[in-house]
Amino acid sequence: MADGDGPVMDLFRSQPMQLARIIIPMESAHRAISYLGELGLFQFKDLNKAKSPFQRTYATQIKRCGEMQRKIRFFRDQMYKAGVSASKISYGSVITLDELEIKLGELESELIEMNANSEKLEHAYNELLEYRLVLKKMGEVFNSAQKNATAQHKEQEHRRVEGSIDSPLLLEQEMTTDSSKQVKLGYVSGLVPRDKSTAFERILFRATRGNVFLKQDSIEEPVIDHVSGQKVEKNVFIVFHSGERAKSKVLKICDAFGANRYPFTDDIGKQHQMIIEVAGKLSELKTTIDVGQHHWSSVVQAISDQYEQWKNMVKKEKSIYHTLNMLSYDVTKKCLVAEGWCPVSATNQIQKTLLQATTDSNSQIGAIFEILHSKEAPPTYFCTNKFTSAFQEIVNAYGVAKYQEANPGVYTVVTFPFLFAVMFGDWGHGICLFLATLILILREKTYSSQKLGDIMEMAFSGRYVIIMMSIFSIYTGFIYNEFFSVPFELFGPSAYACRDSSCSDATTIGLIKVRNTYPFGLDPVWHGSRSELPFLNSMKMKMSILLGMAQMNLGIILSYFNGKFFRNDIDIWYQFIPQMIFLNSLFGYLSLLIVVKWCTGSQADLYHIMIYMFLSPMDDLDDNQMFMGQKYLQLLLLFLALIAVPWMLFPKPFLLKKQHEERHQGEAYVPLGAVDENLEPELADGSHGGHEEFQFSEVVVHQLIHTIEFVLGSVSNTASYLRLWALSLAHSELSKVFYDKVLVLALGYESVVILVIGAIVFVFATVGVLLVMETLSAFLHALRLHWVEFQNKFYEGDGYKFDPFSFALIGDEEE
Amino acid sequence: MYGFEAMTFNIHGGYLEAIVRGHRSGLLTAADYNNLCQCETLDDIKMHLTATEYGPYLQNEPSPLHTTTIVEKCTLKLVDEYKHMLCQATEPMSTFLEYITYGHMIDNVVLIVTGTLHERDVQELLEKCHPLGMFDSIATLAVAQNMRELYRLVLVDTPLAPYFSECITSEDLDDMNIEIMRNTLYKAYLEDFYQFCQKLGGATAEIMSDLLAFEADRRAVNITINSIGTELTRDDRRKLYSSFGLLYPYGHEELAVCEDIDQVRGVMEKYPPYQPIFSKLSYGESQMLDKAFYEEEVKRLCLSFEQQFHYGVFFAYMRLKEQEIRNLMWISECVAQNQKSRVHDSVVFIF
Repeated sequence: MADGDGPVMDLFRSQPMQLARIIIPMESAHRAISYLGELGLFQFKDLNKAKSPFQRTYATQIKRCGEMQRKIRFFRDQMYKAGVSASKISYGSVITLDELEIKLGELESELIEMNANSEKLEHAYNELLEYRLVLKKMGEVFNSAQKNATAQHKEQEHRRVEGSIDSPLLLEQEMTTDSSKQVKLGYVSGLVPRDKSTAFERILFRATRGNVFLKQDSIEEPVIDHVSGQKVEKNVFIVFHSGERAKSKVLKICDAFGANRYPFTDDIGKQHQMIIEVAGKLSELKTTIDVGQHHWSSVVQAISDQYEQWKNMVKKEKSIYHTLNMLSYDVTKKCLVAEGWCPVSATNQIQKTLLQATTDSNSQIGAIFEILHSKEAPPTYFCTNKFTSAFQEIVNAYGVAKYQEANPGVYTVVTFPFLFAVMFGDWGHGICLFLATLILILREKTYSSQKLGDIMEMAFSGRYVIIMMSIFSIYTGFIYNEFFSVPFELFGPSAYACRDSSCSDATTIGLIKVRNTYPFGLDPVWHGSRSELPFLNSMKMKMSILLGMAQMNLGIILSYFNGKFFRNDIDIWYQFIPQMIFLNSLFGYLSLLIVVKWCTGSQADLYHIMIYMFLSPMDDLDDNQMFMGQKYLQLLLLFLALIAVPWMLFPKPFLLKKQHEERHQGEAYVPLGAVDENLEPELADGSHGGHEEFQFSEVVVHQLIHTIEFVLGSVSNTASYLRLWALSLAHSELSKVFYDKVLVLALGYESVVILVIGAIVFVFATVGVLLVMETLSAFLHALRLHWVEFQNKFYEGDGYKFDPFSFALIGDEEE
Repeated sequence: MYGFEAMTFNIHGGYLEAIVRGHRSGLLTAADYNNLCQCETLDDIKMHLTATEYGPYLQNEPSPLHTTTIVEKCTLKLVDEYKHMLCQATEPMSTFLEYITYGHMIDNVVLIVTGTLHERDVQELLEKCHPLGMFDSIATLAVAQNMRELYRLVLVDTPLAPYFSECITSEDLDDMNIEIMRNTLYKAYLEDFYQFCQKLGGATAEIMSDLLAFEADRRAVNITINSIGTELTRDDRRKLYSSFGLLYPYGHEELAVCEDIDQVRGVMEKYPPYQPIFSKLSYGESQMLDKAFYEEEVKRLCLSFEQQFHYGVFFAYMRLKEQEIRNLMWISECVAQNQKSRVHDSVVFIF
């Protein structure tokens, strides 16, 4: 436990926490909470759970902040419309919340007024635009119609002389009739949205029983509708009708279809005059609109300078009031009571902060900080830095550690990249991965301040994990002696050479050892030889089992540290010890045999030994004997393993039952006393704790499941580590295929084009399949080995995270 | 193919069923209603609603709020959800979803026609229409003078056209025959919807026939009660009852001759499912009947979510959401008018 100011970098156990109560005088409450938010080391408990949000003390302030946030969102929309982005550096002066509220209100109403004005102008402008279109289009229609009419008129005259009777169309008939007898046709002209135009025509026809003539003409470019302000494709129409009833019907239908009507005259001279008039008005309006627009954008520009500052300020204020709402309110004492969790190491810092708040707000009374005792499980808080946090996240994704239990995160920092690298062993690929991640790390500052895409974000937050993974895979790549599947004689020449000129590369027969053993990693001579795969498989399989045994043993040992830390002797004696014995007497023995076989070069068959150790333990080992007394050692180990199972299964439930009964008796006979100091205030608190029922059958079943899981698990988990071998085999074979069948093949053609294509295919296959897909799959398998095979030996993972009130952690939840 | 929906339903309907069930869990619960009922101002209501699914729709509303804004925004959410589902739906589910809106279409037609009869502004009427029941030429309804014109001009293009076959007359429109038209249309609509669901078969038919039968019976009771003391003859009244449902046909015979509310009650108490509804009411009272029916309906709608692989959930969700909006409207009205004592009168809790 540390008494210093800063928390100790202790990753193995989570920070010791305490439940604290802070009593803050009303006048300094706001400031104190705000300072605590800056500090970010206190997790407030909601003491007003029963109250609904608007019944709480500071509901009005929160509403005010919500209103201000709404205004700020409005500004954001305006800024978006103006194409202005908020400047990162805000150089506004410090203002209080009240001033800000007034300012925001003023700016909002100014902007709204400006928008309304410009909207009105735009409305008029668009209307005139439409009018001009109608005039133009209809002018054309009328002109052509008139020309036709005169032409037809002449023709008709001509025909009349000949005496032929035509049956002209309605309009033409009207046009051709003598002007003295002409019934005056009314007409309505305007614009109708194109998608509604057919329905419009149909309804017009139905409503007037066909007694209208409708002429439509489409406008090529979409028009801005002055009612909705959106771009709509429209048709110009003109409807000729006769009589007042028809007119009223046509007008109603026009209204119903949102067709804008415009007056129109058939006199060509007047038309020209109107067109000129409209054009004049248009240019006038245009200048007005432009001036308004300029003014508007300057206002928005001014807002954008301080947008970020205001947004953050309001967000902070809102979170402060939310926090204040969680405190219980004491009317008589004029103070607020806060309860919550904080790290023990932060006590001094918090007290200092509270003192600062008191002096800054000129309060007569200081805030009181006192520590409560509670049986409630404290939150888990690890002090991570930017390097360890990603590894801790890997563990947290499985489950947040129970308060102060052994944290697998410490070991994950090394074991995770290492297991990854066992599956991804190729120093060429490792270097590629390393360089890619190095970019992320070198440009850390720029990336962390900007928003990245989903996948980029993930890669960036895991950058230190990935760089560790790449470093380790360079290391294992040297051991496997693979550089994009090509071996190099980096550590001196191969130990083997041909005995004579007749032996070929493709075989190991005929090779003799001419030098000392290759000093580091795999001898390059194995590469491409006929016995390469049997040799590599045997080596990698055995290595996988050794690594797995090491990690599983570490897991079980960690369960010992847990038992010791929580003073749980039962777990140590009846769980840790038999588990150790069981696992090591079977698979620990196998590991021993592997090591012995490697050292002695014996030809013994390890499968045979392991299988017959169970099937017929009394038989002689014959050829498979590796050392003296092996048979008796095996008998002993088998016996120990058999003993370990009931040892794990039976004593623990009975001991727990006994322990429980003893505790209850103690309570019955010793009503009051100094049995447990911590018990007293906790009972006075009343809200926490309580006795859980002890159900013997449940405990037995639980223990049974646990035992079966461990016994079966020790087999299946060991087998599960063979994935290390399988994935590393798959990786090296894949990269070999890409190298041999793409790059080397392309080289063989001696053509530049094929070589370039081959190189491109090789690069893409390497990056896409090996560097991305294989990294992902190896990552997932390493993850599984940690979560399942390693952590199930000791990790409970049922804690909850320390979630302090901190301004730094208030994300943009709304964006 | 009853009983085999599980094999094929999810090919087309799985995604939407998941969506609708997700929406359902967004419905306000009794706890929400309790909180809402304690609100002092409309701003409180807004604040509470922004913490629910309605949040994005309400959060950008400037502060002096009106009941209409709240209702409008909530309805907008329903419409958005409906449109999304309709876009994703394939046959026959899209037809089913469209059927759900026909009721609103009928209501809108009646609203516009009545409005124009009383010389109200068309735009004003259009704003009052339910957005789910809108169709292209709805505003043109104002042109029509009688039923025949109404049909010939506008409604022939709408899905409501077939329902009109029974009520085309050349009489001028007045309040009475508009109301008769509404009920005739509704009857035809319900019968058509019922037929459609029967054609779909399976669990959809089973559940929807139950829900629609309840709807038909409720309408029958309402028609009877509303027509007591009017000049509607018994035969005309009987013509307005839908030809299915629990009351069909004997209950309808008896309802047709009822002269007061107690006689209606006498008829209805013969039907066990409706007994509890009427036993809650004291004699001669009909005010609370609506609420009792609503409560029963909500119960049945909620139950339809218990079964999987059928379209009834879409119908049920739309209805529940409409009920929720009615509740919100009532609560907001009570809060706005300072009538908080009456807030529980008309609120039907859904969960």
